[in-house]
Amino acid sequence: MSLVLNEEQSYLKDTARDFAKNKTPVSHFRGVRDSENPECFDREIWKEMASLGWSGILIPEEYGGSDFGVAGIGVIFEELGRTLTPSPMFSTAVVCAGLIKKAGNDDQKKEYLTKIASGDITLAFALEESSRHSPMNIETTAKKDGDSFIINGQKTFVLDGGFADFLIIAADTGKGTSLFITNKDAKGIDIKVTPMVDSRNAANISFKDLKLSSSELIGEENGSDQIIEEVLDISRSVISAEMFGGIQEAFDVTLNYLKERDQFGAKIGSFQALQHRAAIMFSEIELCKSCVLESLTSFDEGSNDIPRLASLAKAKIGEVFHLVSNEAVQMHGGIGVTDEYDIGFYLKRARVAEQIFGNVQFHKDRYAELTGY
Amino acid sequence: MTELNAFRNETRDWLEANCPQSMRTPMSQGDVVWGGRKVEFKDPDQKIWMDRMGEKGWTCPTWPKEYGGGGLNFEENKVLQEELMRIKARPALNSFGIWMLGPALLEYGTEEQKMEHIPKIVRGEIRWCQGYSEPGSGSDLASLKTKAEDQGKEYLINGQKVWTSYADECDMIFTLVRTGPLEPKHEGISFLLIDMDQEGVTTKPIKLISGKSPFCETFFDNATAPKENLVGGLNKGWSVAKRLLQFERNMIAGMGFGSAASGSSKKSDVKPTSGLATMAKRYVGEKEDKLNDSGLRNKIIDHDMNSQAFALTLRRAAEESKKSNQGPSAASSIFKYYGTEHNKLRYEIMLEAMGTKALGWDGAEFGPEELAITREWLRTKANSIEGGTSEVQLNVISKRVLELPQ
Repeated sequence: MSLVLNEEQSYLKDTARDFAKNKTPVSHFRGVRDSENPECFDREIWKEMASLGWSGILIPEEYGGSDFGVAGIGVIFEELGRTLTPSPMFSTAVVCAGLIKKAGNDDQKKEYLTKIASGDITLAFALEESSRHSPMNIETTAKKDGDSFIINGQKTFVLDGGFADFLIIAADTGKGTSLFITNKDAKGIDIKVTPMVDSRNAANISFKDLKLSSSELIGEENGSDQIIEEVLDISRSVISAEMFGGIQEAFDVTLNYLKERDQFGAKIGSFQALQHRAAIMFSEIELCKSCVLESLTSFDEGSNDIPRLASLAKAKIGEVFHLVSNEAVQMHGGIGVTDEYDIGFYLKRARVAEQIFGNVQFHKDRYAELTGY
Repeated sequence: MTELNAFRNETRDWLEANCPQSMRTPMSQGDVVWGGRKVEFKDPDQKIWMDRMGEKGWTCPTWPKEYGGGGLNFEENKVLQEELMRIKARPALNSFGIWMLGPALLEYGTEEQKMEHIPKIVRGEIRWCQGYSEPGSGSDLASLKTKAEDQGKEYLINGQKVWTSYADECDMIFTLVRTGPLEPKHEGISFLLIDMDQEGVTTKPIKLISGKSPFCETFFDNATAPKENLVGGLNKGWSVAKRLLQFERNMIAGMGFGSAASGSSKKSDVKPTSGLATMAKRYVGEKEDKLNDSGLRNKIIDHDMNSQAFALTLRRAAEESKKSNQGPSAASSIFKYYGTEHNKLRYEIMLEAMGTKALGWDGAEFGPEELAITREWLRTKANSIEGGTSEVQLNVISKRVLELPQ
């Protein structure tokens, strides 16, 4: 896979960098947080992002997207991750768009993908059922009842689940997992918002005798396990790119602080105790960059090592974001633990993002299994 | 693309006709061919293979043809390396001339120096060693004291070097000498090429903790070198030295990565495997397809992931410097530090897996591979010291790359 960006990807990255710098600097995130807007993102900004075509990057042209590929949307997320830009783009335009694109029939694609590309709807994927990622153990059931399905069960950590217009539900249909799409207001859905430490919204959602018609089934009955895995890998890779942006920004901000802060009559960055730790972080960040790029491009260039590369990226980036966010706070000293200063935001985002679709240990274990031990 | 395909076909044919079958078998450390006047071939095929590759310039595939190199571009060299790997060909020639002196001479040498020395490196006629460190100048290399005095037509050299790799088997030594005793320490150093085949140069092996003696002490007692052997200008040796250290660090960093360093990006149907895990399974067994020691398994996972991440980074650095057509990318500053620390860890993991089997010193009760791993483990301890310690590398990253204050 290519480890340098092509022209198109560089262009997307530059555009996203400008956007993040001008429209959504970290002060934007802080503003949204302080506004106590429970949605945790700004609708106007989301509209602008969609008008730049970003919500349609993974969507084929016939449904109003640009089909620029996973690396294309990945480099955008990297830049948005630098400024912690809050938006429904991940759940809607990566995860749910991916599920519908891979599993949906033509009517469903026309209905949903075009509206995702235009930025008119938001979606959330109700997958997780426990506090640790475990996509193979789905207890939510969908029982066939004539031409309908009756869904019962409980979901947790549904990203953007509090306010998304539509939910995609993963449910056990007896011989495998099936996907359903429904309006969030349907009878039988109870949504409890769980405000998270990173000031993004997630939700616990329970389904009690939720009745859906077979036209709301996405893909084959019992046939979505593989599709879920494929979309999860894309999503893991893209969220790794976002996390990598956060890593770089937290590191850059810290580096600047080391060059500015005086103690004992010297810049603290002249102390070897801090220099070596910074140099070690730099080394780890260079490794992260390669892992993210290789994983992102593996989807577009057709690799047969996609799952392993996704796990490599998610585990490595998760671990290094841990390291860098902790060191960033420590090296800032007292102001690092104040709310007034931004660096703590990265610590909070690091931990939530690490949990998304598998934490470090989950992906280490998966990497080993895929390597035969 | 078609040109490259044609080149691939030619290369394949040439290798088929010219690489002896015995040179397509796995080799041990003792089978490495270093060339030089004192070379002894264990197998006549080694000489045939070295001479043929040297004649073709493919021992140094990307060096210019006018100095005996292969004259290949980046893409052609990639093809050559792939084809060599395909037939599992052994390296025809290894040497410090290839890894370090040659690249530095190509940048800093005069036309005469290049014409004189490069072809002999390519053909394996002269074996070079490196005279940098001194007993009192390790990490603080620029404090070196070995002096070269101007005697008109030649320099008179007196002093002592240490950690000169394989000095007792080498023909010539590229040496940092003090030519400006009154100048500031970095500005009084020159880079001098000295023939070791003279009375004034003696060597003495240093026995390491591994029991082996890859290094020597080298003594200069009124040794001489002609003035035309000064590279890069009088008192300008520090720039040459630094550049050469970069080549050296890249070389040491790549150790233990073998083919991974080329990080082939091609689609392959080979199921991924882990060398460490395969080895560990032999010693600790399996339980439900997983290594039967979860702590060890976790260490191997970390190591494997980092191996892959590092190999990808080596490849990325190559792609970046090719694309930008500039010098080494920022990523390359981590190679020496990361590569050597990573390689040390690899051996610690092997020791953990093998238990007491990895702690034998001698005798038939241990397998030859086990004994070799023990010695190699001890040898890796020098990886993060030679060519600039890990601490010096971290200083370099802090100052040069991160631009942290002094």
